[in-house]
Amino acid sequence: MDLLLLSRVQFALTIMFHYIYPPLSIGLGLIIVILESMYMLTRKPLYHMASRFWVKVFGLTFALGVATGIVMEFEFGTNWSTYSRYVGDVFGSALAAEGVFAFFLESGFLAILLFGWDKVSPFMHWLSALLVCLGAHFSAIWIVVAGSWMQTPAGYRIVGDGLNARAEITDFGAMVFNPSSMERLAHVTLGCWNAGAFLVLSVSAYYLLRKRHVEFAKASMKAALAVAVIASIAQLVTGRISAEGVAKHQPAKLAAMEAHFPAQAPADMYLWGYVDEKKQAVRYGLKVPGLLSYLIHGNAAKPVPGVNAFKKEDMPPVNIVFQSYHWMVAIGLCLIALSIISVVYLWRGKLFETPWLLKALALSVLLPQAANQLGWMTAEVGRQPWIVYGLLRTSEGLSKAVQAHAVLTSLIMFTLIYLLLFILFVYLFDSKIKHGPEEPDPKANTRHLHRA
Amino acid sequence: MDLNLIWFILVGVLLAGYAVLDGFDLGVGALHLFAKGDTERRLMINTIGPVWDGNEVWLVTGGGALFAAFPDVYATLASGFYLAVYFLLFALIFRTVAIEFRSKHPSAVWRRAWDIAFSLASAFSAFLFGIILGNLIWGVPLGADKEFHGTFLGLLHPYALLCGLTVLSVCMMHGAIYVVMKTEGEFHNKAREWVKSSIIFFVLCYVALTMATMLYAPHMVEQLKLRPVLFAIPLIKLLIIANIPRCIYKGQDFLAFVSSSVAIVLFMFLFGSGVFPNMVYSNPNPQHSLTIYNAASSPKTLGIMLIIALIGMPLVLGYTAAIYWIFRGKVKLDQHSY
Repeated sequence: MDLLLLSRVQFALTIMFHYIYPPLSIGLGLIIVILESMYMLTRKPLYHMASRFWVKVFGLTFALGVATGIVMEFEFGTNWSTYSRYVGDVFGSALAAEGVFAFFLESGFLAILLFGWDKVSPFMHWLSALLVCLGAHFSAIWIVVAGSWMQTPAGYRIVGDGLNARAEITDFGAMVFNPSSMERLAHVTLGCWNAGAFLVLSVSAYYLLRKRHVEFAKASMKAALAVAVIASIAQLVTGRISAEGVAKHQPAKLAAMEAHFPAQAPADMYLWGYVDEKKQAVRYGLKVPGLLSYLIHGNAAKPVPGVNAFKKEDMPPVNIVFQSYHWMVAIGLCLIALSIISVVYLWRGKLFETPWLLKALALSVLLPQAANQLGWMTAEVGRQPWIVYGLLRTSEGLSKAVQAHAVLTSLIMFTLIYLLLFILFVYLFDSKIKHGPEEPDPKANTRHLHRA
Repeated sequence: MDLNLIWFILVGVLLAGYAVLDGFDLGVGALHLFAKGDTERRLMINTIGPVWDGNEVWLVTGGGALFAAFPDVYATLASGFYLAVYFLLFALIFRTVAIEFRSKHPSAVWRRAWDIAFSLASAFSAFLFGIILGNLIWGVPLGADKEFHGTFLGLLHPYALLCGLTVLSVCMMHGAIYVVMKTEGEFHNKAREWVKSSIIFFVLCYVALTMATMLYAPHMVEQLKLRPVLFAIPLIKLLIIANIPRCIYKGQDFLAFVSSSVAIVLFMFLFGSGVFPNMVYSNPNPQHSLTIYNAASSPKTLGIMLIIALIGMPLVLGYTAAIYWIFRGKVKLDQHSY
């Protein structure tokens, strides 16, 4: 089999599997901070119990994030060593900064979060929750900065030529604040908040439907709903800003996202459809004439460069990018609808007694996960055929010392191991949920509740 | 002192930090099956419970620093040692999830399976680190294109295997001392016995490795000859290792732990000063070696990274110390334990 294909499949598998967990840690981290803050303010044991339960869930998702994340750290070198030599000067520094500023903070205070309940004061525990949550966000900052530099390189120059060419930093600030990094960071972070918030909503809804741990579920649900409604609505705004950035800096990607073929013509927008790339047509679609031109230029008649404006070898595959982008948007809109309806029902005091809505919420955990994966597919498949946009092609970034059979070996092992991990994760997560939070027991050790 | 040398030292510090900290984690894991019954095994895992994750971050950050400061070293080693790196990563994955999953289910079969996974994965990780270290000392075939031109099986030569055993033995000794320090009562006495046997195992490996290095890797001794003062290091190391049984006998467990930590740091220092100014020694064709100059990032990047390190590392040391302080003392099992 082909080395390029195998390496791409392995990277896709490992990064997509990894990306199930960090968004949960980031989003859950935020909700744990909210619950612990509520405990600090009100001193109600209910919030304490809720924090303890979600911290246990956090521990599980975090462990899987660590186990699968360490692979990513080294996979650039193992499978993409030519790329690593080319970008190490720029990309490597962001990755190292992630280690220094984020991982140490996160893993250090996680120890207190998980094991420190009886060893430190409630304030110190709250502070640890805050620092773990901050650490998780710092991690997102640096890795999104590094990834954004691959989409919209800035603050560098190319030194040397041929085999020895590489990118070197000329302006660290311009590298960090490259044209897409901040808007992508906002979009990614909100996606993580949604992942955490809908996980909590889902589990709480499950308890309410089963009439178990009702007070706990209500408290968790309110905290998560606050995050969900803000994050899902704000996601629409950051998504729009991101799309404008793509139109400006990566027009070929935009053409693929919207399946806009004519080289220079006013652009329609398809709300859905299936792209026939050979015939350059969208089938079974619903078209809004001129909408894309209008969204980009404020004028429905202005032309937008389409697929045919670019060389064939510089275009990403159109249908995959179109589908992942459109499904992401569709799911995002569902999340907005679901969280607004839930807030309205909460306002009217009916949320906890409306089975159809609770059922919808119980299933909703999968939606932000799917949207996050699809969003990254849009971004990364849409970046093809480049590994660093406009500078280095994906096919040029491969390792020269690695042969296809070695990659096939590691790919098979990853598939088996990750399948096993996923089954075990789902099983343990399920038994954790079925077991539920530890209800306060007057006979049990409650020293921590009274020690201020 | 130029930026390249500073970064050679800093990457060395991160990896030495990793060796000292995850060294005892891996050692505890390698010894895990010698502990009998659920309570003893829980004690083992909970001695490292709050710290193993932070310890592993030293490897992640060391890897990131290597990528940023010496991209060619990172790229050549990761791609050249492809299968070895993945076997190592798979072992580290199993270790991580074994620690987290084991306690989540009371069934004896479940726990025994994760005990075995934890222990074998830990021992295997330590052994593989040793294989990689052994190859870096011995040298690997590099071309003028900075690429690795060997095979996976070529990495498994006797010197590398001996180095693998040595690293495993260091970790077991270090881990046994850590368990002695963190436990009490009957189990504590049991761990004291482990220290004795693991020291013998280590000293045998260490003597064999030192002789093999003198005989078969003479390039490692060249640097020491240039700076004879460095010959003091192996001597100090011997004294420190001899100090370990003395401290254990006297019940000064913490001092024993400090001694084995210092011994590991000196081990890394000796390795660093032996390979310097190379980072990956090419054997044959030493002229193709990757050095701290031909494999480095631009001075501008090294400078920026130095600022990041100067801001970040004091914070890192601060909260690492705080965590170890909060979780000081003998380990006790409670409802939050693994």
